[in-house]
Amino acid sequence: MIIDINFVGLILASIMASAVPLILASCGELITERSGVLNLGVEGMMIIGAISGFALMTVTGSLIIAVFGAMLAGVLISTIFAFLTQTLITNHVATGLALTIFGIGISAMIGKNFVGIPGKEFPILFESLKDTIPILSPILFGHSIVFYFAFALPFITNYFLKKTKLGLIVRAVGDSPVSASNQGINVRLVRYMCILYGGAMCGLAGAYLSMIYTPQWIENMTGGRGWIALALVVFSTWNPIKILIGAMIFGGLTIIQFHMQAVGVRIPVQFLTALPYIVTIIVLVVISRDSRKIRLSTPSSLGKSFYKDN
Amino acid sequence: MIQIVKRDQPSRVVFFLTPVLAILLTLIAGGLIFYILGFKPFEALKFFFIVPIADMYGFSELLLKATPLCLIAIGLSFCFKSNNWNIGAEGQLTFGAIVSGGVALLFYNQEGFYILPIVIFAGAIGGMLYASIPAILKTYFNTNEILVSLMLVYVSKLILDYLVVGPWSNPEGFNFPETRQFSDSARLPILIEGLRIHAGIFLALAAVAISWFIFYKTYLGFQMKVSGFSLKTAKYAGYKGKKMIILVFLISGACAGLAGVGEITGPIGQLHREISPDYGFTAIIVAFLGRLHPVGIIFASLVVAITYLGAETAQIFMQIPKYTGQVFQGMILFFLLASDYLLFFKFKFVGSKK
Repeated sequence: MIIDINFVGLILASIMASAVPLILASCGELITERSGVLNLGVEGMMIIGAISGFALMTVTGSLIIAVFGAMLAGVLISTIFAFLTQTLITNHVATGLALTIFGIGISAMIGKNFVGIPGKEFPILFESLKDTIPILSPILFGHSIVFYFAFALPFITNYFLKKTKLGLIVRAVGDSPVSASNQGINVRLVRYMCILYGGAMCGLAGAYLSMIYTPQWIENMTGGRGWIALALVVFSTWNPIKILIGAMIFGGLTIIQFHMQAVGVRIPVQFLTALPYIVTIIVLVVISRDSRKIRLSTPSSLGKSFYKDN
Repeated sequence: MIQIVKRDQPSRVVFFLTPVLAILLTLIAGGLIFYILGFKPFEALKFFFIVPIADMYGFSELLLKATPLCLIAIGLSFCFKSNNWNIGAEGQLTFGAIVSGGVALLFYNQEGFYILPIVIFAGAIGGMLYASIPAILKTYFNTNEILVSLMLVYVSKLILDYLVVGPWSNPEGFNFPETRQFSDSARLPILIEGLRIHAGIFLALAAVAISWFIFYKTYLGFQMKVSGFSLKTAKYAGYKGKKMIILVFLISGACAGLAGVGEITGPIGQLHREISPDYGFTAIIVAFLGRLHPVGIIFASLVVAITYLGAETAQIFMQIPKYTGQVFQGMILFFLLASDYLLFFKFKFVGSKK
């Protein structure tokens, strides 16, 4: 079998493209979790972002409005979660589940009128450079701005958490809300902000799916990516750079599945489709087996409510 | 002036009243959503919540939908009470249906009183097997049960899809993605001629009774309660944590599996792709709305079952999208969680100081 060198580049590029929504959502959720909040509503926020982006694009015709609108929609829906968990001190797990159920319902309700409408072409950058360097060109050039942003995000997130004062505050709030509060930090405000930021990133991830990756609206089109993004955060042991690696593995699994079908490998298609979920479980088991490592890297107050008598 | 004061103790009255409050708030918010969508709110609510159960047929459908919800929610209450987040009941339902369906297919051309019990038993075993995966991974590999149980939902649906399209598809079925019809001996008996309500409801009622007994009359129930309040306390008391985790998962899996059996041997009568309209997920809401109390869960399953029926009726008569049902379900849980605030805090009216 002759493997065209450019074909390798193209496959890598398509793996990266399918990793984009996972990176965006995971990096958003990572910040939320670092502040001590476990938001299981990622899937719901993503699907809200997907329909909002697609609907705004169809109605207004403006891609910029659509992308930012999707992020805003993510922020709005996560506000419900933030209000419930931070102000009304509800259980994080249950509230997150409610958010996902609600999000899937609302998105299908809004999306009813947008089924079957073709999407718009999203502008890509550096198109003219696409054929200059073998292998590298398809990876480096000819992608949407969201693509580049997604691959920069883990590094930005890492810098934010480790080198900035705000990042330190977020980590302090997540690891020891009581001490942070005693230092005069408004724990509730920080957590609010981190939840809303997570919402924005999940909204963007959804918009990427419905506007760039497969430009159309399909019901339930996130198809569990939100849950995989949540698993990736555990996989990364709350380290943004490792999210990049994890997302590439899962992107790879998605893409390999298509190519194996194309080559005619005689494995039932359902098994290939199930592969990312099964691998997620296996990876989680391998990562979590070392309970000491998990305990050391998990934000200490993750999923626990913080309440302060005034 | 109104002041918010922390209660010394969670209020018991509020504990059972807030679900009612949550339902009322959901109705108000639902009316608002209908209004925004351009429907007459009162008419829409009527089609959603009253018309579907106005006759005998509707009432039977209500019980039909409430049966799996109640059964699964009872199982989940074991998990949730003891702080185990099994959110993959949908997968356990599906796998239970696969195993019991497989057994039923073995007997497709046979009749006999012994078939149905074997099929039901197989379903419970299937659900337990599937629930044991997150349980074992949690206890022995420290793996997060939320993510594992959820991932397994997708896997179970793909297994079902593979089976009904491939090896188990009906040889005389013109390649439709479905299996043969089960023999009559493998079907749960219909309770009232002409309606769809079937004997599966007795499974649900039995689960309610047994769970009540376990929760309130046995040592195991007490252990679960303590572990739910504080894992540390449970540890100090010397409870076998791992054993209990596995046990509650198995109970919960068995219930979900039985719900799956009820569906395929009740109204459906064969295996195909869509054996459950997300009963496994909706049951999570039912469990919370019922306050993890067996009797509460009966009422909650009836209330939530209406959202399924209402969504269908409202779609037929008013062209309201059927997903409104899911939106209502999400809202009920939101409002319920929100009104829990009243459990721990109370509003106090104090005279303004001058």
